[in-house]
Amino acid sequence: MKDNAILVIVARFLIPLVMLFGLYVQFHGEYSPGGGFQAGVLFAAAWILFVLIYGLETGLRVIPLRVIYSFACLGVLLYCSVGLLGVVLGGRFLDYQPLLASPQAAQQAGIILVEFGVGVTVASVVMMVFLQFARRRALSQAAGLELDQEQDRS
Amino acid sequence: MSALSLFNYWAVIGLMMLGYYCVIVRGNMIKKIIGLGIFQTSVFILFISAGKVLGGSTPILREGVSVYSNPLPHVLILTAIVVGVATTAVGLAIAVRVQEAFGSINDDDLDRLGYDSQDEDAA
Amino acid sequence: MFLLVVGTAVVLTRDLLKAAMLFAIYSLTIAGLFVVLDAGDVALTEAAVGAGISTILILAALTLVPGRERQQKGHSLPALLIVLITGAALVYAVSDLPEFGNPNNPVHQHVGPYYVEQTYPDMGIPNMVAAVLASYRSIDTMGEAIVILTAGIAVYALLSVPPKRRRRRTAENKDESQ
Repeated sequence: MKDNAILVIVARFLIPLVMLFGLYVQFHGEYSPGGGFQAGVLFAAAWILFVLIYGLETGLRVIPLRVIYSFACLGVLLYCSVGLLGVVLGGRFLDYQPLLASPQAAQQAGIILVEFGVGVTVASVVMMVFLQFARRRALSQAAGLELDQEQDRS
Repeated sequence: MSALSLFNYWAVIGLMMLGYYCVIVRGNMIKKIIGLGIFQTSVFILFISAGKVLGGSTPILREGVSVYSNPLPHVLILTAIVVGVATTAVGLAIAVRVQEAFGSINDDDLDRLGYDSQDEDAA
Repeated sequence: MFLLVVGTAVVLTRDLLKAAMLFAIYSLTIAGLFVVLDAGDVALTEAAVGAGISTILILAALTLVPGRERQQKGHSLPALLIVLITGAALVYAVSDLPEFGNPNNPVHQHVGPYYVEQTYPDMGIPNMVAAVLASYRSIDTMGEAIVILTAGIAVYALLSVPPKRRRRRTAENKDESQ
């Protein structure tokens, strides 16, 4: 699809814009509608658009497979470690009070970290699911299975 | 209490029954997953419409607004939407595997083919 | 009304590609409905997830699976009756529910006003939904992140193992299964 001029031009304009908007939504989640999930989905959608136009190999060179797999787990780890940090510093699990001096700043810091973890996990999981579906056809053809349309079983 | 004030629930019930019909009648697995999606979104509408306050606005604090809609259903539905897409993804992956193993994802075909393929593997 | 029409079209079309596209339109309409119902965060999420990711995944699955639905043998009357009876029972149950939008509904009485009033003094951030999600109810959000991770692992486990070589029923004997 990279030969289609209209698609390439529109994509070159849209993909960085969508990624930037995803980052904006992530970090402005406290002031406007947004937060971790929306940001993660937007970022993954930008990558999926890139893959649809330039191919899966190029997409995997931009964000390698290992990075996607590890970031999916790192996001949840970040979330849980923020919670455990609360316990270590003297409060309850996921208590943001002990993190910083003033209570309001502590809550805000905790919320930003936690939403970032969620955003990273959601983005990498959506990218991973898409590329599993995209690679399945190549895997099945390598194994010799035909992927025919409906076979008649009468 | 007039019936007209309950119209949002009627719309929800209509959509829910559509999704329900799709899940139980259509044999194709992917159609069933789409029907499940329709069912899920109808439940979201139920919760969000229950949380709305007439004359209120989006639950984000700002100047000049005094009445806000209830933020609690929004939080529930946010989680529910993400869990819904997770289940859709896993369901579609299962459908792809079933298609590869049995050659079809229609209910009636799977009833017929289920036992045959097991005999084939054992042979 | 529009939602019901689109929903019926989704259920009735035989071609799965059309059903996927109609499902995208349906999700986008629901996102618009959420905006009218004052749910900004939820509308953004539903638009991104329903109209974006769900549709992409259905289309990706459609490249691996036959694209048309088999013709049903006949209309199944018992199923239609079950659906209508369930719908009637629900309509009867709905008559006890509180009416739409009334500020005195039980939903708005207990915890809701507490969150509306306490968010700014406690946290200093305007977005009440994010505050409830990430701080007042953050264990639920942790559970949700874990659910998403588990779904990703499940799809990885299902789809990354190459299929075994199988003997096809209608083809001649090719390679035997290992």
